[in-house]
Amino acid sequence: MLIRNISKAAMVIFTILLSGCEGGVLDPKGQIGIDEKHLIVVATLLMLIVVLPVIFMTLFFAWKYRDGREHEIYAPKWAHSKMIEIVVWLVPIVIVIILGVITWGSTHDLDPYKPLDHQATPITVEVVSLNWKWLFIYPDLGIASVNELAFPANVPVNFKITSDTAMNSFFIPQLGSQIYSMAGMATQLHLIANEAGVFEGISANYSGAGFSGMKFNAIATATPEGFDAWVAKVKQHKQLLNPDSYQILAKPSENNAVQYYSSVSEGMFNHIVMQYMHMDSAMEMSPHSSHSSSEHGETE
Amino acid sequence: MNTAITTNLNDTHSETLISAAHGEHPDSSQNTLFGFWLYLMTDCILFASVFATYAVLYMNTDGGVSGKDIFELNFVLIETAALLLSSITFGLALIFAKRHNRRATVVWLLITFALGCVFIGMEIYEFHHLIEQGNGPQRSAFLSSFFALVGMHGLHVTAGLIWMAIMMIEVLKTGLNHRSITRLGCLSLFWHFLDIVWICVFTVVYLLGAL
Amino acid sequence: MSILGKLTLESIPYHEPIIMVTLAVVAVLAVAIAALITKYRKWGVLWNDWFTSVDHKRLGIMYIVLALVMLVRGFSDAIMMRTQQALATNGAAGYLPPEHYDQIFTAHGVIMIIFMAMPFMIGLMNLVLPLQIGARDVAFPFLNNLSFWLTTSGAVLINISLGLGEFAKTGWVAYPPLSELAFSPGVGVDYYIWALQISGIGTTLTGVNFIATVLKMRAPGMKLMQMPIFTWTCTWANILIVASFPILTALLGMLTLDRYMDFHFFTNAGGGNAMMYINLFWAWGHPEVYILILPAFGIFSEVISTFTSKRLFGYTSMVWASGAISILGFIVWLHHFFTMGSSANVNAFFGVMTMVIAVPTGVKLFNWLFTIYRGRLKVTVPVLWTLGFMVTFTIGGMTGVLLAVPGADYVLHNSLFLIAHFHNTILGGAVFGYLAGFSYWFPKAMGFHLNERLGKAAFWCWQIGFYVAFMPLYVLGFLGMTRRLSHTDNPAWNFWIYFAAVGAFIIFVGIILQFVQLYVSFRDREQNLDTTGDPWNGHTLEWSTSSPPQFYNFAKLPHVSDIDAFTDQKEKGQAYQRSADYEPIHMPKNTASGILIAICITAAGFAAVWHILWLAIAGMLGAFVAFLFRAYGNDHDYYVQPSEVATIENAHLDKVVRGTA
Repeated sequence: MLIRNISKAAMVIFTILLSGCEGGVLDPKGQIGIDEKHLIVVATLLMLIVVLPVIFMTLFFAWKYRDGREHEIYAPKWAHSKMIEIVVWLVPIVIVIILGVITWGSTHDLDPYKPLDHQATPITVEVVSLNWKWLFIYPDLGIASVNELAFPANVPVNFKITSDTAMNSFFIPQLGSQIYSMAGMATQLHLIANEAGVFEGISANYSGAGFSGMKFNAIATATPEGFDAWVAKVKQHKQLLNPDSYQILAKPSENNAVQYYSSVSEGMFNHIVMQYMHMDSAMEMSPHSSHSSSEHGETE
Repeated sequence: MNTAITTNLNDTHSETLISAAHGEHPDSSQNTLFGFWLYLMTDCILFASVFATYAVLYMNTDGGVSGKDIFELNFVLIETAALLLSSITFGLALIFAKRHNRRATVVWLLITFALGCVFIGMEIYEFHHLIEQGNGPQRSAFLSSFFALVGMHGLHVTAGLIWMAIMMIEVLKTGLNHRSITRLGCLSLFWHFLDIVWICVFTVVYLLGAL
Repeated sequence: MSILGKLTLESIPYHEPIIMVTLAVVAVLAVAIAALITKYRKWGVLWNDWFTSVDHKRLGIMYIVLALVMLVRGFSDAIMMRTQQALATNGAAGYLPPEHYDQIFTAHGVIMIIFMAMPFMIGLMNLVLPLQIGARDVAFPFLNNLSFWLTTSGAVLINISLGLGEFAKTGWVAYPPLSELAFSPGVGVDYYIWALQISGIGTTLTGVNFIATVLKMRAPGMKLMQMPIFTWTCTWANILIVASFPILTALLGMLTLDRYMDFHFFTNAGGGNAMMYINLFWAWGHPEVYILILPAFGIFSEVISTFTSKRLFGYTSMVWASGAISILGFIVWLHHFFTMGSSANVNAFFGVMTMVIAVPTGVKLFNWLFTIYRGRLKVTVPVLWTLGFMVTFTIGGMTGVLLAVPGADYVLHNSLFLIAHFHNTILGGAVFGYLAGFSYWFPKAMGFHLNERLGKAAFWCWQIGFYVAFMPLYVLGFLGMTRRLSHTDNPAWNFWIYFAAVGAFIIFVGIILQFVQLYVSFRDREQNLDTTGDPWNGHTLEWSTSSPPQFYNFAKLPHVSDIDAFTDQKEKGQAYQRSADYEPIHMPKNTASGILIAICITAAGFAAVWHILWLAIAGMLGAFVAFLFRAYGNDHDYYVQPSEVATIENAHLDKVVRGTA
């Protein structure tokens, strides 16, 4: 409770400091982003408890004990004090313990793989990073779009993310967390928009020449009806996404315009993932499992 | 004290080490051996990294063969025996070197060399056999990491053999002086180290893979 | 394939005016330098006394010269990036097309870390560490020379890439699959691989050499817990080098196999796993940043305790804090990719472990503070760097801990916030430390003082320039700007991008001032000679030698019974003693083997980049033969006669008497 209040107060200060800063991670429009902003503020404040005194003491000591101030005490052989040593070890330890507890909890709360706790039925979007554009497949609606993403506000969105090229990172700064897109596996991300708006989406991991133009608009419609209208608009474009047209789409292009596909062949996303899945046994697709094996290897 | 000159010419393909030390400075040979031991520790981490990669990739067969399909334990067992035996014969060579028995040293080195050649020969045969059957390192991530791990050990052994050949010439030409004994000591560390690495390779790659 | 492999005349980037002008300037400079050397007949000196030298002090100076040259190169890249971003706002293209810009940020990262910071750190360590432990040289002097030339070999390769072919367009981490043949078919990544591989092996050998030196060559009586603190932090860094650089060697080896022989370690096809590369890269890469920062911590400790005329507060704490940082540095690598989708438990574990590193680091800061406490702080140039560091690094540490919180990293990862953070620690931490060490030990190395006024001016430009250049990046990170963008289209960012560019130019002035300082100090060197060898009333043994030190360092090996060994000698009246009975000193001879081996390996590396098989084989064979010649040569050492030692020592002691009288 106290932390919440402090962070609210700090939020005001931050807002003044960064007034005029629209967009970005300090102007979140989704619950995940809001929680992450709180976390940033709380952690920063906690650390300032040590950081500010250190900076102050540095300048103050340097001034107070500068050469030529003969009236100050001079103790050239004084090099040890149990009391001070205990304090200088204990203070950072205490701060880190508090931060550690916050970290442990927040990491679990904000786990990108954790479905959001929300009464609305989530919609699923499958995301594919290509050279150099984003493909969004709506498996339940059988439509797809390039470089434009839409979903209703206040409805959780479950993203399944892969890559058919180098590694990228799927990121809508104002909604919160990002996650890597990697070939041969599907990562997951769960986001929600708390209000309607058009948010900038980017790739946050450099992937080659056209990377800077690898942007998309994430449109959160005010109502489910608004989203339905968007779906209807997509369906008017009589383009079909099947393995053949996908091959054309997958060719490298820069600053790709928005494209719509009114229908998508069954299992398109799985097809894209599976072309790089080469385990001899059916293994889990998520990197969770791959990670544990690599860590195991590391400690060998 | 500063005469201890140890150096490593080290890349991913070959390692060679020869050290020079002067007779009148007993310290220098200690430094050389210690420095060489430190170098072996870095080599150990090099192997550990490739082991880790193998552990991550051994299931990624890309629809191709797995360890079970290609490992022939009996064959590898003979290979292993040759290498382990060569460690013992090297030990004998070193004992005779310290007794300044030049002939016996060279004879035991020669036997060690022959056993090492047997090991390398068998490994080349195994690799050749696999590549002939279309199971070369290009086939899958599993085979890439297998060839890299076993091949890296093989390259180390080959470097050891070249070094051993040079040492035999040195012992025959200049005899067993402080310098050559120190160098034989380093080579012996290297050789035993490769033995230990092979035991790990044998266990992790072949034994666990074939089961 | 032709006799020159993939190399053709087309490989020279004629069509890039910026590169061609750069090359022309470099060529003119090279000719000018060569002409000057010829005019003053210094080629012989350069070869006999420097290039072939096995003297750790000279190698140290050569490392630092290499670092300064590469600083200019890396900083040119930085200026180009900042101006490109400033010109390419609002959707403008700027003056650098992506394929050029992408090479520049890759080169900037690789050069600054591997070829500027590392040689600077290793140079200072070479210069000082053997003196601090009262040794006559390192354990393996020839190996030391070879390490230097291998590092230089890598630097040469990376500079050749400017005029022949291209450099990697992958970012300095060269993550696959982007760095694989499928996405980077050019020679850029191959330059990256061989430059890093060759210099990395040189660095590994340095680590081995200095650990052996510290453990086997300390002056009689010096216990481990009496080693000067800089020696201690270097030792921890060397342990990290030995434990982490082989991972880089293995990693680059595997990437090589992928690219040259169609292996499938990290490819998309064939079941490769790029995540393995990322894990291994940071298993090396994270310890690497502690390799850079720990010796800098040591420098600050030396500087603070010298210029407060006081013992270092909490020596034991400092040693163990450094050790804790080293060990913890090995179990936090995953914080570089929290966004890869690891489970919450894994992310939280690595986040908390990362924060734990803040504890020993914080302790160090407090210990420096309490060293100043009740001291007599002389605000010299090294002290300015130290104070600047303490403030700047504290901020960098704070943002680092923030990034260690996975929940915060999910939105700040790969943003300019991250860029600001690591420049805050590497520049405001490590590089400030090296520059403090540079001005602190300069009189020791060269025998004359640096101009104090220009040094202070340079410091203020760096310090102010740093804040102007990097604080805006924190803001831009919060505004959602990600790294490595060649052009932007967001009006909210523009102001901060221009702001940062101004900062880069202020740092530029600082760098120029530093070179002016070197020139002016050299010009006026006769007025600024350090005759005593102990200009700062130092605590440790390097100050007990002349400036520059005698080539054999110590006429008689000192006996050590205190951490501040030289202070102890001075207080007991044992400093500057003449002796009637010097013993012959055993010294290694200079050798051309190191540079010859490195030239062969450079040729082999270049050949590997361009797939020139015969040259690669010839280079490796040449290196091997040069090495055998060295190994079977018998003319490696000689003795300095007591009479010569006596002459040198008496001349020095006479100067000390005159200097202090």
